[in-house]
Amino acid sequence: METSIIIETVVKAIVILALFSALAGFTTYIERKILAFMQRRLGPMNVGPYGLLQIAADGIKLFMKEDFIPQNAIRPIFMIAPIITAATAFIAMSAVPFLPEFELFGYTVRPIIADINVGVLFVMGVASVGLYGPLLGGMSSANKWSLLGGARTAIQLLSYEVVSGLALLAPLMLVGSLSLIDINNYQNGGFTSWLVWSQPLAFILFVIAGFAETNRTPFDLLEHEAEIIAGYATEYSGIRWGMFFIGEYANLFTICFLVSLIFLGGFNDLWFIPGGLAIILKVMFLIFFFLWTRASWPHIRPDQLMWLCWKILMPLAVLNILITGFVMMF
Amino acid sequence: MSLEEFKNRNVGVQNYITVQDDNYPKTNGEAFKQVVKRSLKGELFNGLKITFNMMKEALFKNQMHTVQYPAEKLPISPRYRAVHKLLALLESGENRCIGCGLCEKICISNCIKMDTRIDENSRKEVLEYTINMGRCIFCGYCAEVCPELAIVHGGRYENASEQRAHFALKEDLLTPLDKLSLQKEYEGFGAVSIDADEKIKKTPLLY
Repeated sequence: METSIIIETVVKAIVILALFSALAGFTTYIERKILAFMQRRLGPMNVGPYGLLQIAADGIKLFMKEDFIPQNAIRPIFMIAPIITAATAFIAMSAVPFLPEFELFGYTVRPIIADINVGVLFVMGVASVGLYGPLLGGMSSANKWSLLGGARTAIQLLSYEVVSGLALLAPLMLVGSLSLIDINNYQNGGFTSWLVWSQPLAFILFVIAGFAETNRTPFDLLEHEAEIIAGYATEYSGIRWGMFFIGEYANLFTICFLVSLIFLGGFNDLWFIPGGLAIILKVMFLIFFFLWTRASWPHIRPDQLMWLCWKILMPLAVLNILITGFVMMF
Repeated sequence: MSLEEFKNRNVGVQNYITVQDDNYPKTNGEAFKQVVKRSLKGELFNGLKITFNMMKEALFKNQMHTVQYPAEKLPISPRYRAVHKLLALLESGENRCIGCGLCEKICISNCIKMDTRIDENSRKEVLEYTINMGRCIFCGYCAEVCPELAIVHGGRYENASEQRAHFALKEDLLTPLDKLSLQKEYEGFGAVSIDADEKIKKTPLLY
């Protein structure tokens, strides 16, 4: 019994690692294509049919490029920083239930590596540790743009972490559990039982905080190519640079799964759509939404982010918790 | 705008209009009202709508801005000034150039060089005619000044190449003898237009 669980967990971990590393590459392709169509361009076209082999070409390029370490950089920290980003992004996935239970050759597979009863806390905690990657990478690079990028990482961490935690508190009060499976089961009454209808404000706040956490465009202050070249990743090249971006896209998927699990009904059946397909559709829509906003909305300045988070979002989140508490009390 | 306003160089002391001058909030209450108004206005979603429509039209109405350049080329106006062409005499296939040297004289980047001599029939003969494409700024003065319409600007605009053979000698620029029947009189900047005959009118002096 014990060995079977170990084997199962190892297999699940390998599947998740392989799947989401591949999906990270594929999402870069999708992102380039969607951004291109929104700007009436074609995007990658020349390598393979519709440019599909561009992913492979980019991968080969990243692996083959020289792994460059600047002379004055603090070597061990510089080398470890991208690993922190990529590793924490995948560790955070270990408590996320991706699909409903299904049977494979008569064996019930639960598509979650560890169903711990503090799933949300674990995911949020590990994902925020991931911000140490850009922070340490930026500070150890011996480059002023990297340093600025690292400083902005701290700003971003300070701003969104409070908002995302407070925003999640209100729906968690309703559910009464931190386990993502419990949260999902709370919404098994169909479309109308989704938490987004009872907690619309928390949903909006959490999506905004999610954008900041994954460094997506309205809040990609760390790597603000219009202002600070490439931010924390200025000195990185080759596969280390690639690991930052595998981490970023893995985080993107984690946030999309979290949003669909907590607010959009998770993997419960939706009308005639089976649960497994429903959550994949929700995640795909959210990923598209992330890319869509990247094409539509401009960057914001660091001071605007602080202003937004501390003067607008945090009071709103606290207000939301208060109202939820009063409604539950009476 | 009158000439006086153009002559006014005191640009620093003019009255500039600030964008938010009319509705800039003065009290805290007004500032709060402005924040709420902007938050609920839904301008962000307007932006999303625009990009989504752009994508819809790009995908389903094929309204792309791109040209797949090496495979697909935009049509070029005959008036475009690209690499020179030397036109031949329709009767004999000889170069129309009479060696007057006007193009060499007028060339503002000094890229045309010609060498002439008087041959045994006491006619002027062009020995050497070179255009340095690296210096040429494609202004078109040479084509404009040529009295014999011997030099025009063609439409070949891709000058870069990896191979020496792709760069032309005078024989390549000149219409080849077997292609003489295909030589269009209106081809390139500096040549007369095809309907030049119809456009000719009697001058007032004739009447």
